Amino acid sequence: MLHLHTLWFIILAILWIGFFVLEGFDFGVGMLHAIVGKTDTEQRVAINTVGPWWDGNEVWLIVAGAGTFAAFPSWYATMFSALYLPLLLVLAALIARGVAFEFRGRNNDPRWRRTWTMCLSIGSLMIPLLVGVGLGDLLAGLPINASHNFTGNFFDLLTPYGLWTGLTLVSLCLLHGATFLSMRTADPVRGRARALAKPIGWAATGFVVGFVIWTLAVSGGNDVPEPVAVLAIIAVLFALRLVGTDSDGWAFTASAVTIASVVGSLFIELYPNVMVSSTNAAYNLTVSNAASGGYALKVMTIVTVLLFPVVLIYQGWSFWVFRSRVLAPPDPENPDSKAPPRVTGRRTPDLGSGPA
Amino acid sequence: MTNELARWQFATTSIYHFLFVPTTIGLSFLVALLQTAWYRNGKPEYRKLTRFFGALLLINVAVGVVTGLVQEFEFGMNWSAYSRFVGDVFGAPLAMEGLAAFFLESTFLGLWIFGWDRLPKAVHLACIWIVAGATMLSAMFIMVANSWMQHPVGYALNSHGQPELNNIGALFTNPTFLWGYVHVILASLVTGSLIMLAVSAWQIRKQRAVESFTHAAKLSVIVLLPSILLTLAVGSELGVVEAKYQPAKIAAAEAQWETCQPCSFSAFQIGGGNNDHTPSQIIQIPHLLSLLATNSFNGKVIGLNQIQKEDEKKYGPGNYIPNVFIQYWSMRLMAYIATAVLLLTLWGAWLLNKGALADSKWFLRLSCWAVVTPFVMNTAGWMLTESGRQPWIVQGLMKTINANSPSVTSLDIWISLVVFVLIYIALGAVDVVLMTRYARKDLDEDDHEDHSEQPGSVGADGKTTPRIPALTY
Repeated sequence: MLHLHTLWFIILAILWIGFFVLEGFDFGVGMLHAIVGKTDTEQRVAINTVGPWWDGNEVWLIVAGAGTFAAFPSWYATMFSALYLPLLLVLAALIARGVAFEFRGRNNDPRWRRTWTMCLSIGSLMIPLLVGVGLGDLLAGLPINASHNFTGNFFDLLTPYGLWTGLTLVSLCLLHGATFLSMRTADPVRGRARALAKPIGWAATGFVVGFVIWTLAVSGGNDVPEPVAVLAIIAVLFALRLVGTDSDGWAFTASAVTIASVVGSLFIELYPNVMVSSTNAAYNLTVSNAASGGYALKVMTIVTVLLFPVVLIYQGWSFWVFRSRVLAPPDPENPDSKAPPRVTGRRTPDLGSGPA
Repeated sequence: MTNELARWQFATTSIYHFLFVPTTIGLSFLVALLQTAWYRNGKPEYRKLTRFFGALLLINVAVGVVTGLVQEFEFGMNWSAYSRFVGDVFGAPLAMEGLAAFFLESTFLGLWIFGWDRLPKAVHLACIWIVAGATMLSAMFIMVANSWMQHPVGYALNSHGQPELNNIGALFTNPTFLWGYVHVILASLVTGSLIMLAVSAWQIRKQRAVESFTHAAKLSVIVLLPSILLTLAVGSELGVVEAKYQPAKIAAAEAQWETCQPCSFSAFQIGGGNNDHTPSQIIQIPHLLSLLATNSFNGKVIGLNQIQKEDEKKYGPGNYIPNVFIQYWSMRLMAYIATAVLLLTLWGAWLLNKGALADSKWFLRLSCWAVVTPFVMNTAGWMLTESGRQPWIVQGLMKTINANSPSVTSLDIWISLVVFVLIYIALGAVDVVLMTRYARKDLDEDDHEDHSEQPGSVGADGKTTPRIPALTY
C-alpha cells in the first residue's frame, strides 16, 4: 500500500511542478516584458497577460513550502535554514516583484515605471534561478550532520549541479514566457515574443539535455534516464520546432510539458531521499525519517483531497474567464492612428482554442 | 546573540506585516459592503466609492501579501529547531491556510481586479465577498497556530519527547483561539472602518463629493460602533482565558508581584519593570483587576513571585517572568486608546443621527488623526500577547532560547535583518505615498468607466467589434 509519507512526497512534487508550470510563464513574462515591449503601453500589455493570475500561481510555492512544514518538518527545517542567504534573496525578489505588479501602473512618471520594470525583470530572473539552485542542492547533496543540521557555508550551497538546475529553469521560464506571450498578445508584442522564442528554445534545449545527463550522473546507479527525463527532451524539441509557427497553443503546451518533466524528473531521482547529505549517506533526510506522524499526515491528506480539486476548478475557471488576448487600447489622443491589431495564423486569437 | 537577533527579526517583520493584515481584512469587508450597496441601489456614486476604496485596499494588499511570505519562510530559516520540534502540530494549520485561504484570496482577487467589465455584476460582487471571507479564513488558521503556542492542546509527546498531533479538532476549539480569533477579526473591522472614516472625513473637510463621502462615513460608523464595543468586551474575556492558561502574562500586565485577593487595578504607575517591584501606582481602582482577570469581584490573582517559584519547581531553574514593562504599558495603551475610539465613535453616531456630521469641523479633524490609532492598538495587542508568552516559544513545551536555527550564524541574521529593514522602509515609504495620494484623489478621477452594460462598437459591415478594455496593471 502507498505509505502516506510517500503520498505526501508526491503531493509536494506536484505542487512544485504546478508552481513552475504556472508561475514559470509569469517569471518568463516578467523577464521579457521590457524586451518585447518597446513602449510603456506594450510593456503593460505584456504585464497584463499574467495580471489576473500571477498571485494565484505564486500560492503554489507557498503551499509547497507550508506543506513541507506540515508533512516533513525536518525537511522544512533543514532546507530553509541551510539555504539561508539564497532564500533571503528569493524573499527580496518575491517582494520586489510582487509589489511591482500592483504599483507600476499607479503613477505616470517614467522613472517610477522604469524602477518597477527593473524590479519585475530582475525579481523574475532571481527566483527561478535561486529556487532551482536550492532544488538541485537537495539531490546533489549538502553537508548535513547526524542531527540533520547543515554544517557548511554559503559557498557549499553553490553546487555545480544546483547551478545548472537553476540556469535550466531560468531558460525554461524564458521559453515558457515567450510561448505564453505569443499566445496571449497581438503584434507587435507577439511578433517580438515569437522571434525571441527561437534562440531561447535552442538555449533551453541545450540546458535540458545537459540537465538530463547530469541528473543521471548525480543520482548514480541508473544507466538510462527516467522516462520523464526523456519526455523533457522530447517536449523541448517539440517546443523548439513549434515556436514561431502559428501553433501558439501547442508551443505553449510543449514548454509546459518540458518544465513539468524537468521538475518531475528531479523529484523522481530524489525519492526516497528528500535531502542528500554529502557528509554521510546515513545522514540523508528521507521521506520516512523527516515525516510527521501518521495522524497529522492523515488529517492533511483528508484536507487536501477535499480542497485541492476545488482549487483546481476555480483556478481553471479564472484562466477561462480571461482567456482572450490582451490588446493595446486605442490611443485616446488619436483613436484612428493605428489599424486594429492583427493576429496571423490559423487559429482564432483565443487561449481557449489551444490544445489545453 | 543569535537568538536575540532572531527574536528582533521576528518581532520587526511580524509587527510590520500586521500593520497590513487587519487593514486588508477590514477594508475588504467594507469594500464588499459598498459594492453590495451599488449592486442593490445602482447609484453610480457607490460604484465610485467601491473603486475608490478598492484602490486603497489593493495597494495595501500588495504589501500585506509579500510581507506575509517573509513570515512563512522565517520559521524554517531562523527557527529550524522550533520547526523540527513542533512541525507535526504547527505545520498543519499553516498548510491548510495555503490550501483553503491563499488560493481563494489570490484567485478571486485577480478575478475582482480584472473582472469589472468581464463578469456579470452578481458574480463580480461574489468575488469581493469571497476575497473578504478568505482573508478572515486565513487569519483563522494563523490564529489556530498562534493559539497553540499560547496554550498547546490536541497533542501527545512521542518517544522522542516531541509533540505529535492527535486531535485536530482540539486546535480549533482551543479557548485561547476562539476568543483570540474573534478579538482579531473585530480589531480588523475597527481598523478598516477607522481608515474609511478618516479618508471620508478628510474628503468632507475639503468639501469634495461631500454627499458620497458622508455615505461612506456613515457606513464606517455603523461598522465601527459594534466592532469597537465587542473588541473591548471580547478582549476583556480573552484576558480571563489567558489568566487561566498563562498566569504570568496577566500578572505581568498588572505588575502584580504578590498574590492578591481582591485585586485593584492601577491606571498608571511610575517606575516599575522587572527590577522595581514597588512602583508608585496612581489611581487605584479596587476590585477591577479581580474582575478583569477572573470575572469575579473578589477573584484571586497569583503574583509573579509565586508563579516564578512554582515554575522553577515544575520546569527547573530559570526566569519565568515576561518583560513587565512591556506587559503593563501595552495593555494600557491598547485599552485606553480603544476607549478613546469608542468615545469618538459615539460622537460620530450622535452627529450622524442629527445629520450634522459634515458640519462638525472638530469631529472631522479628529477622525483624520484617528487613523493612527488602530495601528498602535494592534501592535500593542500583539506585544502583550507575544511578549507575555516569554520565556516560552510554546507555553510549557519549548523555550524560545532553544528554538533558533543551530546552523545559522549571527552574521547571517544581521545580514537578513538589515536587508529586511531596508526593504521595509522603502516599501513603507512607497505605501504611505501611494495611500495618501489615492486617499486624496477626487472621487470622479477614476478613468475606468462603467462599460458593463454597453455592447462593443458596431462597424460598417454590421459586425460587432468587441470593445478593447483599458489596461489594468
